[in-house]
Amino acid sequence: MATRLPKVDCVLVGFGWTASILAHELTEAGLQVLALERGGFRDTVPDFSTTFIQDELRYAVRNGLFEEPERETLTFRNKTSETALPMRQLGSFRPASGAGGAGVHWNGQHWRFLPTDFLQRSHIEQRYGRKFIPDDMTIQDWGVTYEDLEPHFDAFEYLCGTSGRAGNLGGQKQDGGNPFEAARRRDYPNPPLKRGLAQVKFDEAAKAVGFHPFPCPASNTSRAYKNPLGVEMGACTYCGYCEWFGCGNFSKSSPQTTIFPVLIGKDGFEYRVRCEVTRVDLDKSKTHATGVTYVDAQGREFEQPADLVILCAFPTHNVHLLLVSGIGKPYDPQANAGVTGRNYAYQITSSVDVFVDELVNPFMGAGALGQAVDDFNGDNFDHGPENFIGGGYLAAWTTGGRPILQSHVPDGTPTWGSGWKKAMADNYLKSLSIATHGSVMSYRDAYLDLDPTYRDVYGNPLLRLTFDYHDNEIRMSKFLTDKAEMIAKAMKPRAMHAKPRKAPYSIVPYQTTHNTGGAIMGTDPRTSVVNRYLQSWDVPNVFVMGASAFPQNAGYNPTGTVGALTYWAAEAIRKQYLAKPGPLMSKA
Amino acid sequence: MKFAPDRRRVLKAALVPAVGVAPIAFVRDVLADAPQPSAPRVYLNEAEFAFVEAAVARLIPNDALGPGAKEAGVAEFIDHQLAGPYGRAETWYMQGPWKKGSDTQGYQLKLTPAALYRSAIADIDAHVHEASQGKAFVDLDAAAQDALLHELEDGKVELAHAPAKTFFKILLQNTTEGFLADPMYHGNRDFIGWKLIGFPGPRYNYVAEIEQHGKRYGQPTVGLLGRDGRRVMKDA
Amino acid sequence: MDVRTLATCAALGAVAACAGAAVPTPVPSESSHAAIARGRNLVRAGDCAACHTAEHGKPFAGGRAVPTPFGTIYSTNITPDDATGIGTWSADDFYRAMHEGIARDGHHLYPAFPYPWYTKVTRTDSDAIKAYLDTLAPVDEPPRENALPWPLTLRSGIAAWNAAFFHEGTYAYNAQKSAQWNEGAYLVEGLGHCGACHTPKNFAGAVKRRDALEGGYGENWYATSLANDVRDGIGAWTEQDIVDFLRRGANAHATAFGPMAEVVTHSTSHLTDTQLHAIAVYLKDSPPREASAASAPGRDVATHGAGLYLDDCAGCHMAQGEGLAGVFPALKGNGVVQANDAETLVHLILTGESAASTQANPNRFAMPAFDWKLSDQDIADVASYVRSAWGNSAAPVSAGTVKDVRAKVEHIVEQ
Repeated sequence: MATRLPKVDCVLVGFGWTASILAHELTEAGLQVLALERGGFRDTVPDFSTTFIQDELRYAVRNGLFEEPERETLTFRNKTSETALPMRQLGSFRPASGAGGAGVHWNGQHWRFLPTDFLQRSHIEQRYGRKFIPDDMTIQDWGVTYEDLEPHFDAFEYLCGTSGRAGNLGGQKQDGGNPFEAARRRDYPNPPLKRGLAQVKFDEAAKAVGFHPFPCPASNTSRAYKNPLGVEMGACTYCGYCEWFGCGNFSKSSPQTTIFPVLIGKDGFEYRVRCEVTRVDLDKSKTHATGVTYVDAQGREFEQPADLVILCAFPTHNVHLLLVSGIGKPYDPQANAGVTGRNYAYQITSSVDVFVDELVNPFMGAGALGQAVDDFNGDNFDHGPENFIGGGYLAAWTTGGRPILQSHVPDGTPTWGSGWKKAMADNYLKSLSIATHGSVMSYRDAYLDLDPTYRDVYGNPLLRLTFDYHDNEIRMSKFLTDKAEMIAKAMKPRAMHAKPRKAPYSIVPYQTTHNTGGAIMGTDPRTSVVNRYLQSWDVPNVFVMGASAFPQNAGYNPTGTVGALTYWAAEAIRKQYLAKPGPLMSKA
Repeated sequence: MKFAPDRRRVLKAALVPAVGVAPIAFVRDVLADAPQPSAPRVYLNEAEFAFVEAAVARLIPNDALGPGAKEAGVAEFIDHQLAGPYGRAETWYMQGPWKKGSDTQGYQLKLTPAALYRSAIADIDAHVHEASQGKAFVDLDAAAQDALLHELEDGKVELAHAPAKTFFKILLQNTTEGFLADPMYHGNRDFIGWKLIGFPGPRYNYVAEIEQHGKRYGQPTVGLLGRDGRRVMKDA
Repeated sequence: MDVRTLATCAALGAVAACAGAAVPTPVPSESSHAAIARGRNLVRAGDCAACHTAEHGKPFAGGRAVPTPFGTIYSTNITPDDATGIGTWSADDFYRAMHEGIARDGHHLYPAFPYPWYTKVTRTDSDAIKAYLDTLAPVDEPPRENALPWPLTLRSGIAAWNAAFFHEGTYAYNAQKSAQWNEGAYLVEGLGHCGACHTPKNFAGAVKRRDALEGGYGENWYATSLANDVRDGIGAWTEQDIVDFLRRGANAHATAFGPMAEVVTHSTSHLTDTQLHAIAVYLKDSPPREASAASAPGRDVATHGAGLYLDDCAGCHMAQGEGLAGVFPALKGNGVVQANDAETLVHLILTGESAASTQANPNRFAMPAFDWKLSDQDIADVASYVRSAWGNSAAPVSAGTVKDVRAKVEHIVEQ
C-alpha cells in the first residue's frame, strides 16, 4: 500500500538536464518543485574527482555512471516477426542514472538542428515532391520552427558556456564558422577550443576537397566562464575524459556545473534520489494526472500528488512510463494507428580511421574537440540525384585517446597476437578517425511498446524496442562515409580504414545514446503524443521533455535541441499554462 | 537559505572516495619482481589460472616488441575481475526465459562471466585432453595453443556449455582490458601496455601541449595511483 | 513569508543607511523595526547561527558540537523559548552574558562562547541583537551535556581563567583614526571575533594579545595570518580584495574553504558594503612586512614533489601554480600555501574542501581528498614543493607533520 505524501505543485520525473532547467525556471515562477531521481545524488567533488574519475575500465568499459539493466532494461528485436529478448547488458546505447543524468557523462557536442529539420515532411515534399518519401517512412513536421526555438537555443548555449564560432550572425555569414548554420542572434559565449593536430589536418584536407570545415560547438569551456545564472565554470584542460565520465574540473557543462549551485537549497525546490517512478497516476477520467507513484531505495511505495507532472527521464523511460500509465493510445504498427511508442528513431554512425606519419597524441582531447563539415547535413545539398532523405556531419573528433576503446589499427590487422601488438605500437599515437553522424528517419515498423514476456524489478513489463536500419539510412550513411574517405585521402595517409555501418542494427556494439521518438510532438493528436509545447494531448497536466519528442532524428547530437525545447516548454508553462491550466492547443 | 557546502559529506567521501573504490593496499611486496606462483587467487583455481595465463600469453605475446599480457599481470587482472561485480554480472539483467536469439540481440547466456570462464576452461581442457593424448591446454606448445585459440575464435570447437566464439570474444576483450587498464586493477603492470603504445596515463592537463602539434609528450607514465606501476587497489 | 519577517526585511533598508554611522548606532526605541533589523545584521556579523545551530537542527536552537582542545562543548538554545532557550532573559541578562560571560542564573559560560570578543559590543547593539533573537520562533530544545573531562566540568575554574585572561571592556573609540576605521575595528575585534581563530593561543586556549591576527588555530585548521605580510598574510591584497573575499568567498589571491567558507557563507557575505570596507580599512592599517625567506626543501624532495604536483594538482591549479582566476586559486604567492604553519595546507590536501557558496558567487568549487591516495611522505613532499616553487618561500613539511594532521583529521571524521 503506497504511502500518500503531501502534494507539491510540480513533480519532475528524473533530475538530468531537462529537469534541472525546468526546476530552475518553475521555482522562479514560484512553484514548489520536486525532482525524483532513480539514481543517486552526484556532484563534481566527491563523485567526479580528478583523483579517480579518469578510469577507463571503471567508467567507459564497466559502465560506472549508467543505468543498471538488472533494474531496468528493454527487450529488442530487429523485426516484428522476431521474438524480442532483453538487453542484458548495456551495448549500443547507455542511458544515465543519477543526478545530472546524461548531462554528466556526455561529450558536450552542442548543436542546433537546421530549420529544415523541423519541417522534415513539408520541406521534402515541397522541394522533391510527395513521391520522394517512401510509403513506410512516417516522418513529420515538429510543430515548432527553428525561429520559434532560436531564443531558446541561445539560452541553453549561454547557460552551458558553449565554445564555438558563429557562421551566421543574423543572416550575415561569418568567416570561420559553419556556413550552413541558420541565423543566430549572437556569437557563442566562448571562442572555440584549442585545436589538436587531428583538427588541423581535417581542416586542411576538407578545404582541399572543397568542403567547408569549422570548429565544432563544444560545451567544454575554452576559458573560465560565468553564465547568466551567476554560476562560474573552469576552463577545459583537454584531459580526454569527457564521454562516460563526469568532469573533474568544472569545465564541461552539466547540471552540476551550470545550474545546481543556484538550484540546490533554493526555496521551493526539493529532490529525492534513489526514487524510481513506476507510474503516473490518473484520475477516473484518465484525462488528469493526480501525481506519480514511486518506489524508494528501501522498496517502499509512495504516492506523490502533484498538480503538474513532467517526465524528464531518458526517452525510452518516458515512453515506458506513458505506456504503463495508459497515457496516449499505444501505437499499433499493423493498423498504423495510436501514438505512444510511435516513430522511434536513432542515429546512424560510421567512421574512417586514418593512419598518418605525425604524432597525433590522441590522449590530449576533449569531448567536443572537433573540426567538422556540414556540407552533407540536413538538406544542405541536393538530395534529388542521391535518392535518399537525410544527412549528417563529418568530423574529426579527438574526444580522448583512452587505450582500451579508443585505439585504431589498420584494416587487415590480426585481432590478437604479435601482429595486433605491433599494430597497436605503431598506430596508437599516429592515427585519427573521421566520424560520420547521420540522421535516422522514422518508419512504420520502428517503434516502442510493452514486452509480453519480460518484466522489470517492479513487476512492470519491460519496454520492447523494434528497430532496424532501413535502406534509406544505409545508403545515406554510405554517402557520408564516402565523403569522409575523400577527406581522409586528402590527408595523404599511410593507411586508412573505412568502417561503413551495415544492417542489421545490432544492440551489441556501442554506437550512440541518441535514442529518439516514442512520445513525439506535433500539431495533430492522431499522430503525436504531445503538442507543440510538449504537453500531453490526452492528459494536459502531463508534459514530456526530451528527445522522445523528436518525430525523427536529425544528423546532429540531440542535446542542444533538447535544451532548447525544454526552455521553449518552460516558457509556455510559465506564460500560458500557469495562468490558465488546461490544454495549450485545441485537439481539433 | 543558500546552499551551504556540506563539509561532512566531503569528509566522508574522503574516507570512501566513491562507490566501489575500496581503500588501497600497498602490495609492492606481494607483486615484487615476477608474478609469484603462490600469489593468492581470488576466483580462479590454480589450473584455471594457469589456463588463463597461458592463453593471454598467446593473445598478447612476449615478443621482440617487449613483454606481453602474462608479464603485465593480465591473468591476475582477469582473476580479480571475475571475483568482483563484473564476474558476477552484478548489473546485468539475468531474468528468464532464456532463448538463443540472434547476434544482434547480444549475450543471452544464463552464465555470468565467472561461470562462463569456469565452464569454458573445463570444456576446452576436456577437448584438448581428448584430442592430444591427455594433455591440457597449458601443456601444448605455442603453435598448438595458437591453433586452438583460432578454432575457438572461429567457433570451430563445440563446447558443452557455451559457444566457443562467445567465450573467446570475452577472453580477448578481458585480455585487452587487462593489458590497457590502469595498473591499479592488477594488469598493465609497470605500465607495460601503456608504454608499448605510448599512452602517458590519465593526466588531467594538456593546455600547454595540445597545440604543440606533432611533438612527443615527454612526461613520465602515471597511473591513478601514481608512477609506481605496481600499486593496486585492494578488492579491485 | 510571515508578517514578522516581512517587517524585518522592510526595515533592512534602514540598516544599510545607518550601519555606516559612527559606532555605536543609537537604537531609537526598544524592539523597533530598526533595532530588530540592526540586530539581525549584527547576528550575521557575529555568525551566531554557526555555533548555535546543530547540523540539520533548527536555527539558533543550539546543540552543535563545538570542538575545543579540551573537549567538546555543545552550544545552547538562544531562541526565545522560556524553558530551554533565553525567552525569560532580560536585555540586562543578555548583556551580562555578552559582556562578562555570565549566564542569567549566574553560572560562568565557557569561553568557547566568544565573550572575550563580544565584551566589546555596545549595550545598544547587545539590546538590538536580543531584540532580533526575540522575534524568532521559540524552539523547545533542551541543552546537551558537554563532553569535558574533570576538572574542566567545574565552572568555578572559568572564573580563574577569566581572572588571568579575560579583559572585560567596551570598545574604545580611537579618535586618531577615521570613523570607518573604528567601525572596522569594532567589527573585527568585537562581534566578528576574527581573532578567535586568526590569533595564536596560549596553553590555556586564551589568545596571545600581542600577536593579534598573526595566524592561529580554529576547528583543527590553521587560520592564516591577517597581517600585512605579502608572503603568508594579506600584504598583497587591496582593500577591494578583502571586500571581495568576504562577500564572494574568493578573490584573485584566495578562496575561502573550511570554517572560513562557513563564515563567509553565513556571516560576512551578508554584511553591508560599508561594513566590509570598514573591515578592510582596519585590516590594511597595520605595518607592511618584509617577506621573510625560508629554507628550500632538498633536491630529492623537490623532484618527487614536483612530479606529484604535475600528476595530481596541475589539472586544476595549472602547470606553473598560476591557477585559474576566479575558479581555482593560484598556489603561486598563496598565503595559505606559504603559512608559517603548514597544517591547513596539509589538512586541505588530506581531506579536500568545498569553497564558500555565496549569493555573489554561488559556485560550489571543491577540491577532492587525497588522503586515500597519497602517503604521508608524498603529501609532505608535494606540500614542500608548492611552498618553495614559483617564488614561494616557506619551510618544508615533514612526513611526521602529515602523520599528526592525518590522525587529527581522521578523528574528526569519526566524530
